[in-house]
Amino acid sequence: MKHVEIAIIGGGPAGLCAAISAASSGANVLIIERNNKLGGQLVKQTHMFFGSEKQYASTRGIDICNILINKLSKFKDKVEIMTDTTVVGMYEDGVITAMYKEEKYIKIKSEAVIAATGAFEKTLAFPNNDLPGIYGAGAVQTLMNVYGVKPGNKVLMVGAGNIGLIVSYQLMQAGVEVKAILDAAPKIGGYLVHASKIRRMGVPILTRHSVKEAIGKEYLEKAVICELDEKWQPIEGTEKEFDVDVMCISVGLSPLNELLVMRGCEMKYVPQLSGLVPLRDENYETTVGNVFVAGDISGIEEASSAMVEGYLSGLCTAEKIGYKHEKFEELKNDYLNQLDDLRSGAVGKHILEGTKEILVN
Amino acid sequence: MLEKTGIPTEEMIKEVFPSIDRINKGPVAVIECYQKIPCNPCVTACRFNAINIGDDINNLPELDIEKCTGCGMCVSKCPGLSIMLIDGSKSESTILFKIPYEFLPLPEEGTIVKGLNRKGEYITDVDVIKVLNPKSFDRTPVITVEVDRNYLYEFRNIRVEG
Ligand SMILES: Cc1cc2nc3c(=O)[nH]c(=O)nc-3n(C[C@H](O)[C@H](O)[C@H](O)COP(=O)(O)OP(=O)(O)OC[C@H]3O[C@@H](n4cnc5c(N)ncnc54)[C@H](O)[C@@H]3O)c2cc1C
Ligand code: SF4
Ligand code: SF4
Repeated sequence: MKHVEIAIIGGGPAGLCAAISAASSGANVLIIERNNKLGGQLVKQTHMFFGSEKQYASTRGIDICNILINKLSKFKDKVEIMTDTTVVGMYEDGVITAMYKEEKYIKIKSEAVIAATGAFEKTLAFPNNDLPGIYGAGAVQTLMNVYGVKPGNKVLMVGAGNIGLIVSYQLMQAGVEVKAILDAAPKIGGYLVHASKIRRMGVPILTRHSVKEAIGKEYLEKAVICELDEKWQPIEGTEKEFDVDVMCISVGLSPLNELLVMRGCEMKYVPQLSGLVPLRDENYETTVGNVFVAGDISGIEEASSAMVEGYLSGLCTAEKIGYKHEKFEELKNDYLNQLDDLRSGAVGKHILEGTKEILVN
Repeated sequence: MLEKTGIPTEEMIKEVFPSIDRINKGPVAVIECYQKIPCNPCVTACRFNAINIGDDINNLPELDIEKCTGCGMCVSKCPGLSIMLIDGSKSESTILFKIPYEFLPLPEEGTIVKGLNRKGEYITDVDVIKVLNPKSFDRTPVITVEVDRNYLYEFRNIRVEG
């Protein structure tokens, strides 16, 4: 059995910032990451981020990833990193089990845990949605931006949230033709500046539209779409066909929460946070003592807020086990203010409402 | 319109454009950021304090036309690529546009490329005057093109065929 002070599950922006913050408070941390490198979603984000300077706005996600890893390397003697290692269980006695490269199981006992596992992509039900050529947006982005592989030549994007818009833009940058972007909602969900920059490349954005079916023998050859009425029902006779070899499904993410459920954290379904999320206090501690969370696992938001949540959660976790940062109060207030700022606008309002539903004392 | 299609209306566009007088005096920024989002790198980028967002990071950026020197620093820094520069001081019949462009191949100086509107439709041929891609722009090149004045409120993008 391996013993550590703080085990951080997931090395995305939230986990990395939690590690930086806890280590700078004086605690020893172990980051457990299932991929072969750190960074989570950031490793495939080639676009510039929004937010403010404090969250590295205007910097590309891939570069933010390196900035964080660099920051972390300043605490080398306090940080241990295990990549290619997936946490598969969290038990009542505080033991975590993890699997290294499907080769061996490791047992880890820690004083505290920060769960920062992020999210998984939702899918969409329609006939033949299992044909080759139909991908999640995350998979397409990983293929293109991590492995340099074009997913196909003609794409229909389903979902006009930020992810659908950004991945469409990046597909075009890779030389792939995007035929159209659909969304069932009456309005574009993503930032309108993103929508405008894709629209002026000539890609139509069709709101109130959905996929009716996919057609193809061995792989996707055609997509049939249709218009939706006010009640989100297909309107007869509005079908349109697109000759595409890729359909990219980008209809949202859901918190990756199984480990918390297994550990017995009290959970609540909160639509504004996109799924089942843990109840937590202001310090991001769940209803199970010494189990903290940060990032998309506690509600789907953005890397900017995931980083701030990570810093906050790392700071408070370290404090809980006896490593109080000398500027604890000042830092904590700063992080709480940053989160308020990010969530104060029209776009963040639903997140703010959602967080009120899960806040406990 | 904008929130359904991604295309701003003519009124919205004209609202954020400076007066013809100002355009004729020299380069000035046009910020097409119409939605409140938590974002402010344009403010940080401007050394002349010409862009103001106020205390709430969600506010829309406001450009102080008097303070804007047309230096162009904000163009490559906006993650929404919503800022361009326009300059009507060089000729009575054309306008110089500086637009961010993140596609390959980059246009070549001295060539003619297709000028597009906000729907991505071809409107007119435009001359490529300058292609700037220094390290400080962080892989968002800025292209200067000369465009017929008639397309002042329409031109927004280019297509490089090659
Ligand atoms: C296409 C796209 C564009 C985006 N654009 C922006 C943007 O412009 N600005 C912005 O602020 N945000 C953006 N985001 C959102 C942002 O990427 C996420 O909100 C952010 O990455 C969440 O951080 P996280 O650390 O919570 O999760 P993640 O980044 O998902 O990291 C979670 C990590 O945990 C690991 N993990 C999961 N389960 C286990 C396990 N059991 N054991 C070990 N490791 C595990 C995963 O491998 C992953 O590395 C975008 C997202 C996408 C998909
Ligand atoms: S062009 Fe220069 S002076 Fe004008 S707003 Fe942009 S950065 Fe500021
Ligand atoms: S940087 Fe661009 S998207 Fe962000 S507020 Fe300024 S103009 Fe709007």
